[in-house]
Parts: sequence; C-alpha cells; structure tokens
Amino acid sequence: MKWETVFKRLLIAMSVALVIIVAGILITLIVQSMPSIKSLGLGYLWGKVWDPVQNIYGAYPFLLGTLLTSFTALIISIPFSYAIAIYLGEYNTRGWLSDLLKNTVELIAAVPSVIYGFWGLFVLVPIVRSLEMKIGVAPYGVGVFTSSLVLAVMIIPYAASLGTSLIRMVPSPLKEGAYALGATRFEVIRSVILPYTRSGLFAGILLSVGRALGETMAVAMLIGNTTTLGNTFKEIFFGPGNTMASVIASQFTEADHTVYLSALIELGLVLFFVTVIINLIGKRIITKYTNN
Amino acid sequence: MEARIRIRNTKSVVFKWIIILLAFMITIPLIVILVYIIKQGVMQVNWHFLTNVPAPVGEPGGGISNALVGSIIIVAMSSMIAIPIGMLAGIYLSENPGTRLAHYSGLCVDILQGVPSIVVGIVVYFWVVKPLGTFSAISGSIALAMMMMPIVIRSTEQTVKLLPDTLKEAALSLGVPYHRVILKVIIPCGFSGILSGIMLSVARIVGETAPLLFTAFGNPYLSTSITKPMQSLPLLIFNYATSPYDDWHNLAWGASFMLLMLVLILNISTKLVTRKWNIQL
Repeated sequence: MKWETVFKRLLIAMSVALVIIVAGILITLIVQSMPSIKSLGLGYLWGKVWDPVQNIYGAYPFLLGTLLTSFTALIISIPFSYAIAIYLGEYNTRGWLSDLLKNTVELIAAVPSVIYGFWGLFVLVPIVRSLEMKIGVAPYGVGVFTSSLVLAVMIIPYAASLGTSLIRMVPSPLKEGAYALGATRFEVIRSVILPYTRSGLFAGILLSVGRALGETMAVAMLIGNTTTLGNTFKEIFFGPGNTMASVIASQFTEADHTVYLSALIELGLVLFFVTVIINLIGKRIITKYTNN
Repeated sequence: MEARIRIRNTKSVVFKWIIILLAFMITIPLIVILVYIIKQGVMQVNWHFLTNVPAPVGEPGGGISNALVGSIIIVAMSSMIAIPIGMLAGIYLSENPGTRLAHYSGLCVDILQGVPSIVVGIVVYFWVVKPLGTFSAISGSIALAMMMMPIVIRSTEQTVKLLPDTLKEAALSLGVPYHRVILKVIIPCGFSGILSGIMLSVARIVGETAPLLFTAFGNPYLSTSITKPMQSLPLLIFNYATSPYDDWHNLAWGASFMLLMLVLILNISTKLVTRKWNIQL
C-alpha cells in the first residue's frame, strides 16, 4: 500500500477514534450507573436523604447544591463579565491598558482550580466566617456562599472574552447611524450594541454556567462536604453543602459497594448530560451568530 | 433642552466610569491570589525542597521531588498520546470540511471540551484502573490526554485553515505526495500556531486535579513506574492543603508557587508565540 493511502487512512482513523472516545464515555457512564438506575429508579433524583451506611441514596441535596452554587456564581459574575466585554469591545479596544486587562482575564482562567481552592481555604474562609458572625448565621466559613464567590471569579473569563469579540463584531454603520442621530455613547451601547449582541452574550453565559456546573476541586475544598441539608434557605446558603462534582470527588474512592458506587456514577451521568447540552447550545448559538 | 442634553451626557460619562470600575475589579482577585501564593510559597523553595520527598508528619523539612517528577512524567505521557492524535484529527477536520465524519467528530470535539474533568476521571477509572487492578500513572496520563485533545485539535484545525490553499496546491502540482505535503509543507508553515495550542493545552492540564483523583491517585514516595500510583503537583496541593498539619501546608504553599509559576510561564510564552496567529480557543 502507498504511504499516501496509509496517511489518509490514519487521518480518518483518528477522527473515528474521537467519536469512539465520546461514545465510550457515554456508554461507560450508562452501563456503570445501571445498578443504581435499576434499584433506585427515578425517585433517586429527588430523594432528600443520602446515607450510604443505611443504603439510602437521594441526589436532591447535590442537585440543589450544584444549582445554588452555579446560579449564585453566575449572578455575581455577570456584571463584571459584561463590564469587561463592553470595556474591551467598545471603550478601549487597543493600547497597553486594554492589553493589560485582556491578559489579566486570561490569567484568571489559567490559574489551576486547586490553587483557587487552597487560597480560598486560608484567606477567604476566615473572612466569610467573620462576615457570617456579623449577620448571625452559624460561622462555618466554608459552604455554598464561599464556593460561589470563588466560582464567580473563575467563570468571569469565559463570558468576558466571548463577549469582547462579539461586541467588536458589531458593524460600525449601525453605531455611526445612532451617533449621527445624536445618541450619546451610553445610548449607543444600550440601544444598539447590547440588543445586537444579545444572543451571543447569552451564549457566553451558557459557557460560564457549563464551567461552573462541572468545576470540582475549588468547590470540593470550600463547600464543606456535608450530605445533609439545612432547614431554612439561609442555613443552606451560608452553611456547608455539596455539589454533584464535589461529592463524586470526595466519596468515589470510599464507595465500597455496587449501588453506592453506581449512585455516584449516576450523578456523573447527570452532570455529563447537563454540561454537554448547555455547552452544545452555547456553541450552536455562537456559530449561528458568527456566520450571519 | 440644554438641561436634557446635559443629563444625557452625564449619564453617558457616569456609565463609562461604572464600566471601567467594574471591569478593572477583576485585577483585584488575581493580584491578591498571586501575591499571597508568592509570599507563602517563595520562602519554601530551595534546593532541599526540590530534591527531597515530603517528610512524615511532625518532622520539619522535606520537599516535593516526587510530585515534580510525577507531574513531568504524567504530562509528558499525556502529550505523547494527545499531540499525535490531536494533530492528525485536526488536519482531517480542516482538510475535509463538510464530510459526515468531520461533522460528527467536530461535534465530539465540542462535547469532549465540555465534559467535566471529574467525569473524565470516572470513565478512565473503568477503562484503565479497574482492568489493571491498580491506580497508575498511565491511567492519569490517559485522563489528562482526553482533556488535552480538544485544544490541540481545534488549534491545529484553525491554524491549517488559515494557511492559503495555494501553498498546498503548489506543492501538489510539483508532484509531491499528499502525506509529504502535509508533513513537510503544511505543518512546518503552521508550526507556531500548532505549538501555541500544544503549550496552552499543557498549561491547562498541568494544574488539573480532578481527573487524577481516581487514576494517578498520588504517592508519598518517589516513583517512576508508570503502572504504579504516582504523585503530581496538583494532587499534592489538594491532599496537603486539606490536611491538618502546618508542615504539610507549607509544602503545599511551595508546590502551589511552583505550579503557578509553571502555568504563568507557559501562558506568557504561548502569548509570545501566538502573536502571529489569531487563534480563538
């Protein structure tokens, strides 16, 4: 066989390998979570108690923890990522100051999550603890709120850098038209740039959420790892909790019987589906947006 | 009328300053974290720290040589797996756009990029650790390689797409066989773009902890056997940071400093390489 054919087939083989890897991930997760799906059924997802010793498994505390941390982190991060996107995309698109901010945002994304967790544990936790004493909740320091703060910082770069490039792509005739009608810069941003980039900025938020949902290490170090839920919202929000990713990280190697292990893998399966769907929707919006 | 215009102008200026204020607040956490890690970590780093394994609890001193060696071995093996596969798949994607296979593998790259790192750890546990019967460095490398591939593929694909078609056509018209056109013309021309993707992916995986928890697992001793558990920098930081001992915290600060410097150097040098290529990852 000629080298040329070998090479062409090799290229095809590698692309096929990719498809096989992804299909393999899905199949492995489904097969391994079968014992738990069979014995626990759908009720698993909203069972409120997680007690491996009694063989009771309910994923509700982790689903709630994941949603709560990601959502809080998102709410905190949006003003900052939008501000960065507007600043870098509209106010200051070149020059050293703009480069400085752009590199800062990239470095925020580059810092390993275990370092965020370590730093948070020793610097942020005492600060949050004294804050919690002031507002009169149990001063754990670690918990959903602390994790959300660190997560917020970690996810800002994803929405910010996408937003920047989208805002830069707004056609200047549109902006010039608005200026010609006497609009101020604020009015141009509010009535031309933001409406024009709305779906793209939404896609950036989706990518940020995808990051936040799957983030493991920083959350596992800061959330306090309890499997019980507080009674009031305040207790849940400021108290320790667990997310899907962090409970897998902390209990996977301890899981000593089939259903326990399988219940954890089912969490992984849910996490896989949710993040993949969110990511794909985000990517789809971006491609549609950049092609038009 | 005058007053109305003044209000609108003031609003615009106020808005601008709010945006500037919010935008530059992102520098605060970065500076705070960098300064804190450097302050805590730089004191720990010396020759003894770099060449010794961690001391048992209660004994001062000790170092992180096992984690340094482990990280280098694990990342090197991941690169050996991910770079060839990633480059070949990336070339396929850019050379054959529009085919059904390209569509599906492109989709798979997007999916793989979005898979949470902990899920990669679970999957590799069942693919490699279970059959081998032991945690091992090679399983950690496979997990990290899966996280590395999407970045290498996308950067290769985008770099090759940026190259003018005439380059390839000129080589083909001279009678050069297809594989030589790719290996001797296309890859060398796009080398810096592909290299930047590789460096970025290494920077990304060198700090990954979650996929290693159930694969490389960690090892308090210096080990170079790829079928045995192996320590790595992020694993050491995680294990020692969450331990109750001050000596171990100090080791973890030192290790954090080393890891952070490594990641920063990789990122900054990538930036120098990519100036030429406008690659969006």
